[in-house]
Amino acid sequence: MYDVIVIGAGVSGSATARELSRYDLKVGVLEKEEDVCCGTSKANSGIVHAGFDARPGSLMAKMNVRGNQMMEQLTEDLDIPFERNGSLVLCFAKDEMERLEKLKKQGEENGVKRLQILSGEEVRRMEPDLSKEVYAALYAPTGGIVCPFELNLALAENACQNGAEFYFDTAVEQIEKTEGGYRIHAGEKTYETRCVVNAAGVYADVFHNMVSEKKIRITPRKGEYYLLDKKAGTTVHHTIFQIPGAYGKGVLVTPTTHGNLLVGPTAVDIEEKEGTNTTKTGLDEVAQKAMRSVPNLPLRQVITSFAGLRAHEDGHEFIIREAEDAEGFFDCAGIESPGLTSAPAIGELVAELVTGYLCAKKKKHFVEKRKGLVNPKNLSREAYQELIRENPAYGNVICRCETVTEGEIVEAIHRLIPAKSLDGVKRRTRAGMGRCQAGFCSPKTMEILAREWKVPMETITKAGKDSRLIRGYNKDSL
Amino acid sequence: MEEKKLTCICCPMGCQLQVTIRDGQVEKVEGNTCKRGAEYGKKEVTNPTRIVTTTVRVHGGSLPVVPVKTASDIPKSAVMDCIRQLKEVVVEAPVYIGDVVLTEVAGTKIAVIITKNIEKLCEKQNL
Amino acid sequence: MKTTYDIVVIGGGPAGLAAACAAYDQGIQDVLILERDKELGGILNQCIHNGFGLHTFQEELTGPEYAKRYEVEAEKRKISCLLETMVLDISPEKEITALNRKDGLFTIQAKAVILAMGCRERPRGALNIPGYRPAGIYSAGTAQRLVNIEGYLPGREVVILGSGDIGLIMARRMTLEGAKVKVVAELMPYSGGLKRNIVQCLDDFGIPLKLSHTVVDIKGKERVESVTLAQVDENRKPIPGTEEEYACDTLLLSVGLIPENELSDKLGVQLHPVTGGPVVNESLETSIPGIFACGNVLHVHDLVDFVSQEATMAGTCAAAYVNAGRTEETEEIPVKCGSGVRYTVPAKIRPACMDETLPVRFRVGQVYQRASIMVRSGDTVLLRKKRPIMAPGEMETVYIKKDSLSPDNIGNDITISIEEE
Repeated sequence: MYDVIVIGAGVSGSATARELSRYDLKVGVLEKEEDVCCGTSKANSGIVHAGFDARPGSLMAKMNVRGNQMMEQLTEDLDIPFERNGSLVLCFAKDEMERLEKLKKQGEENGVKRLQILSGEEVRRMEPDLSKEVYAALYAPTGGIVCPFELNLALAENACQNGAEFYFDTAVEQIEKTEGGYRIHAGEKTYETRCVVNAAGVYADVFHNMVSEKKIRITPRKGEYYLLDKKAGTTVHHTIFQIPGAYGKGVLVTPTTHGNLLVGPTAVDIEEKEGTNTTKTGLDEVAQKAMRSVPNLPLRQVITSFAGLRAHEDGHEFIIREAEDAEGFFDCAGIESPGLTSAPAIGELVAELVTGYLCAKKKKHFVEKRKGLVNPKNLSREAYQELIRENPAYGNVICRCETVTEGEIVEAIHRLIPAKSLDGVKRRTRAGMGRCQAGFCSPKTMEILAREWKVPMETITKAGKDSRLIRGYNKDSL
Repeated sequence: MEEKKLTCICCPMGCQLQVTIRDGQVEKVEGNTCKRGAEYGKKEVTNPTRIVTTTVRVHGGSLPVVPVKTASDIPKSAVMDCIRQLKEVVVEAPVYIGDVVLTEVAGTKIAVIITKNIEKLCEKQNL
Repeated sequence: MKTTYDIVVIGGGPAGLAAACAAYDQGIQDVLILERDKELGGILNQCIHNGFGLHTFQEELTGPEYAKRYEVEAEKRKISCLLETMVLDISPEKEITALNRKDGLFTIQAKAVILAMGCRERPRGALNIPGYRPAGIYSAGTAQRLVNIEGYLPGREVVILGSGDIGLIMARRMTLEGAKVKVVAELMPYSGGLKRNIVQCLDDFGIPLKLSHTVVDIKGKERVESVTLAQVDENRKPIPGTEEEYACDTLLLSVGLIPENELSDKLGVQLHPVTGGPVVNESLETSIPGIFACGNVLHVHDLVDFVSQEATMAGTCAAAYVNAGRTEETEEIPVKCGSGVRYTVPAKIRPACMDETLPVRFRVGQVYQRASIMVRSGDTVLLRKKRPIMAPGEMETVYIKKDSLSPDNIGNDITISIEEE
């Protein structure tokens, strides 16, 4: 019997699991994919929003501002990169000034500090590559960037360190109300639990509607992106937004914590909850809109494009509460932007609700800190030399574009939450994330995966399930 | 009389050749712009040949397969037979360039030879 | 470990090997090759098809055989090599930082450096092909490695985008290992590959080649399930209504090679906007004195024989530099691209430093039939060479004679252009 089952190992689910693991509770996390951070949490802008976008008084506003404030300490505890690079919201005409002023006022009401309106010249002094058409901008120094995957993984690993159990490739099919809580059917297995946290991203409506008569609807809202080579990574230093429209914050241009340049997203509502395909129309739109901010955007440096799905709820508000007619079933639904920023605050809030319901007590020994993967690039030359002496695998470069060594890949495979696939390795170590997009390193990484997991090469996948990379042997069908 | 159309491979021009065959003999080659083209057209129609390059399995080697080639060109019609015959071949490491894998492949008098040295796998190898 | 060398060669593929041997033969025997792979020979090791070496050895070799010949030459000369060694940094003072399992992180001081790092393949991302991102999308070279070196089939039903030689060769390789290659699509109205490869890799197996076509969609969430091709117009934009869906589990991309110059860029070497390789003079010396470049890191070649020739020259010139201890200051003439010429290597010539004849290699921008290569300086025609056919996929060479560059003969530059009759 579990005290809590969290559905979904995305950033909200993992943040919730981590907060719950502070308490004397048996916590399980069920994830349908093979790894953490495979849905909405994976493909987004990686922005720590300042908090001026959300409607004052909304839960979204509250969570955003709180999440932003928590980020410094959290990322330090979890040993992941975070940078307050500051955000700029551009407006391109005098008659947009009113909206910019309104945005500033809204931000101030939400509790965002040090907001400032700058003239076109002032902004271009900060960011010389911005368009001459920029009339003014709202500057939010508290805006920042974080790596979505690392944040998600670190939260999950820390939860794991503190006793939360993660089950991957475990898709929830059915939820039944029982005497003392819920029975969850996932594949061959059933999980008995006292309460449920529904952090299922674009599927949150499906699970909510299984137990509640007060139906909700989540629409996948697609966003397409371009990722540019590190050579283009310093095109801008701040996160560059445009004055927002009806479908969210519009197309942004931002550096990433790893030094690439990210451009996107679009915002298109779709039917398909797995519709993460990119489209020509979408990518063209990204390019066209982004060039309004940065006319000389070096799009020749694109190394990949991708699409993510936002879990858009009809009321455009986070739903974080116990379902009215389903006791012990806690929703964490409609977590779209600023969901990543809000995640730490969402975890806190859900845990508060759940532990209140369960009258749980805090553990004596919660391990607050998590140690990230060894990254030789951050070591002094002497320390790196020592590391190679101890473990020569750190001297064997596998991914040449990102200079990732065998040692790092092996560590990623043996972590508490291990890398099982090429994508798993890529997200943890950046092997294959560079300009050649795994052309050179994927056969080598596959070999390391097969060796470390002690499985045949043909079972190695790109991202779990049937994404097997090898389909047979030479001449086996002749 | 039979006419065959083919693309000349002798140079980037890629002349479209038209070869006329009468009683099994090449009567004329048209469409070529040089002598090499005429020769190619004639041979390709009467006796097309190919060098085959592929891999065979290695036992106990530092790599699981080794590349091989036919020592000279074999009839085009024998290519797939050659491949199927090589499917059954496993060589024991070490193997060296020039080692003969099969002496006569697919009903020809032509050998298949190793084209890369593969050493014995001695200890646990690093990636 | 030894930490100073006269010449350090970055890369032990065909370019690096030939350069090292040539430097040695010019009397500079203190040469080190740094190679990132566990064997010498570079990408030739996975090019198991034949057709290499006709110019160099007057016989047709496979890639590994060609590589072995040069490896043997390097062995004969007892040239030092460090394998599985990654170069992380080169300073303008020629201090090289590298990394391997045995020695850890180390630096080596060279008097001259020869860049021979080769090239890499353009990935899907650079093409912005829309669709899903499942398993089963490989660059042709990655598939080539899996099949030819490791014996794995990356897929069973294959669509190939790109009809350069690598794409064509892989169509045959996949077929001979038991996969079904359904179609090869080419964005341009002509193939960049050799006619021989079109005939022997596609026609022999009945594989259709669709010119002026590209991939407009990829379906399948876990593994590729289908690829949609569409015809493109003269601006290479897909034409709506021409879409055709091919059920397959694999898409191979053979859509161009990019000289791998991250090290050169960091070092501060001037790079050429068209080739993506360093800008070099007649001695194949980059903008930094004593740093030379050759092979695919300089510009992408189609014949390894020319790589070996070029590398021999780079090695010879690097040895001369070490012997002289400096780069000679003398008049330098730019080589300009006239109509039809995309780039030239070298891009500048110092007549005082050149050999009796200097090969200048270049590529044309489109297919030309019965046209002439014109080399001019001012009003003087230095050279005129008639060519029955020229194509972007085939590198052209003109040999400029030193005595044609006498002071009263040359203007401020040399221009190479293509003139149609």
